[in-house]
Amino acid sequence: MKQLVKSLTEKFAPSGFESPVREFIEAETKGLFDEMRVDALGNLILLKKAAKGAGQPKKIMVAAHMDEIGVIATHIEKDGFVRFAPIGGVYPRNLPGSRVRFVNGTRGVIGVEEMKPGDAVSIEKCYIDVGVLSDAGHPVCIGDVAGFDREFSEVGGKWVAKAMDDRIGVAIAIQVMRAVKDSANDIYFVFTTQEEVGTRGAETSAYSVDPDLGIALDVTGWGDTPNQKGLSIKLGAGPAIKIKDAGMISDPRVVKWMISAAEAEEMPYQREVLLGGTTDARAIQLARSGVPVGVVSIPCRYVHSASEMIDPIDVENAVKLVTRLVSLPVHL
Amino acid sequence: MELPKIEQRHKDLLEKLCNAAGVSGHEDEVRKIVLAELKGKHLNVRTDALGSVIATPKQRDASKPLVMLDAHMDEVGFMLVSDDGDGLYSFELVGGIDPRSLPGKQVLVGNDKVPGVIGAKPIHLTTADERAGKLSVESLKIDVGTKGKNIQPGDRAVFATKLMYVEDNIFAKAIDDRIGVAILLQMMELEFPNIQLAYSFSVQEEIGLRGAKVAAQSIDPDFAIAIDATPAYDHPSPDGSIENSYYNTKIGLGPAIYTYDGSTLNDPRLVTLFKRVGEEEKITYQLRQPGGGGTNGGSIHRANGGVPTISISVPHRYTHTAILLSKLTDWESSVRLLAAGLSKMSYELTKQPRP
Repeated sequence: MKQLVKSLTEKFAPSGFESPVREFIEAETKGLFDEMRVDALGNLILLKKAAKGAGQPKKIMVAAHMDEIGVIATHIEKDGFVRFAPIGGVYPRNLPGSRVRFVNGTRGVIGVEEMKPGDAVSIEKCYIDVGVLSDAGHPVCIGDVAGFDREFSEVGGKWVAKAMDDRIGVAIAIQVMRAVKDSANDIYFVFTTQEEVGTRGAETSAYSVDPDLGIALDVTGWGDTPNQKGLSIKLGAGPAIKIKDAGMISDPRVVKWMISAAEAEEMPYQREVLLGGTTDARAIQLARSGVPVGVVSIPCRYVHSASEMIDPIDVENAVKLVTRLVSLPVHL
Repeated sequence: MELPKIEQRHKDLLEKLCNAAGVSGHEDEVRKIVLAELKGKHLNVRTDALGSVIATPKQRDASKPLVMLDAHMDEVGFMLVSDDGDGLYSFELVGGIDPRSLPGKQVLVGNDKVPGVIGAKPIHLTTADERAGKLSVESLKIDVGTKGKNIQPGDRAVFATKLMYVEDNIFAKAIDDRIGVAILLQMMELEFPNIQLAYSFSVQEEIGLRGAKVAAQSIDPDFAIAIDATPAYDHPSPDGSIENSYYNTKIGLGPAIYTYDGSTLNDPRLVTLFKRVGEEEKITYQLRQPGGGGTNGGSIHRANGGVPTISISVPHRYTHTAILLSKLTDWESSVRLLAAGLSKMSYELTKQPRP
């Protein structure tokens, strides 16, 4: 699992440019599905059918997003510096000193114009220095996209990487595909695109899958570091079962179903009420005439930085939980 | 194919379109012009529930992709909210208008197009603090001079500006997006044997891309192109020392191809195609600076199971004010780029993997 997460998090796939992750998943899941398609927005949709004689299988959509936050070039200055806009929720305070890698391979360092004491960093004051001195023959073009550049590492038994949001969800989905043997359900594993810019891939894939039930696998925030308030989620205390976030209220029946499953597996779990942000579950819930949804979240510190930290114990438990959920008959 | 040119008849049509009133939700005048232009065209034409005009092929040929072209008919403007007596009306903004641009502007109010002016406190009576602060819409009135006109709360008002062609400049209100409407109508004059075209003259773009959402759901195209108008803030930097890095687009540099905005990650395969035909046909084009904002592409690409979509816009200065400035050369380059790109589209594009 560690190797899988390392490989996934070290791919560069800012929203809209998810192919490195998509190709990796395709290779990794060979033989684990019955049908595959890639839709107009680049979502990878893998169907694992119910076991023969499973009666009337339910259609369950399990969504994990392939994309990560990043930046996009807006202007090449005469002296070679690249101005940029954010893709997704980039925190300006995390930018100075960050390194980025463009989809075309060009690497750069983010600098910021001279600031007075007390000034806040704004994206408009930042630039990417790719080490060239002029705009002539520049390796970057307006519209080129870059991800944050950082290797996976292990810190005190925790895993740290950029794009843990949401490659950890992708890794869990892959492990669940491996673990599920005979399911009572038709499981659509949907590796979605463009979540970070507004759950857009989930919107179109949920329309075409038209599921009976949706589960998103994503990271959530944390409340267990100094002066971090508002959320009671702890690393290592189990996967979080989402009750509500800023964009969605989980179907209460789905929440109950998830909690019973966690209790049946005798595993720790946490109840999650997230004040800001949302996940693909929101888009699935609102597809067509509405879908019951829930979310299994992985507690993650420093979300949307280049060093997102998770506890592998939570990941292991999440795989166990989701495998049980999608395998057994569902009676909400 | 021979690439199109802007002829006098196109200029006359744009003039008629820009001078028509079409505040979001009340696009009737523009719709009438569009429907008249569609008469006799070999297309199924209908007005949908929200008021968008949808024109689709008489017979669908599944061997060719269906490409949706979209332009919005509506423009920003005003809605009267209360009659304050003596010909004065409080109003609210329809669409993104900066109240600072409003005092002293002429407007036409209601179906009778009653002339009026947007009034503010004169400079003589304002304090330095008031002049330095924000200007609120509540402090402004639409003033038609006398009471008793046939207007009432709920009526719309539009800027009264009439289009002027001056050399290669177009000065007009509502270039956003009547220039797109004119471009769609011009595309109908051309033959594209490789594709079928569906047209959406959409309503309510300025208040949240609403008309295009349902239009795309019903057309269910294979590809979509939103044709719109986009701001250019290509003035020199205010202090002259730092490079102007945030201009969005520049006028005179041709149609702006979108890569990324607040509403859409444009399909990279379409971005590559249009850049390539621009190079091959030596058509001036530019890339719109990625960032916020959005076009109808934002609702179209998320319709149904998803639609590969791109936005191409004609640049102009002074967006969402009483008078915009655009270039004839940019308009012509836009129709040329669009025609050249359309003539190269096929199902092959969807077979190419997305990056």
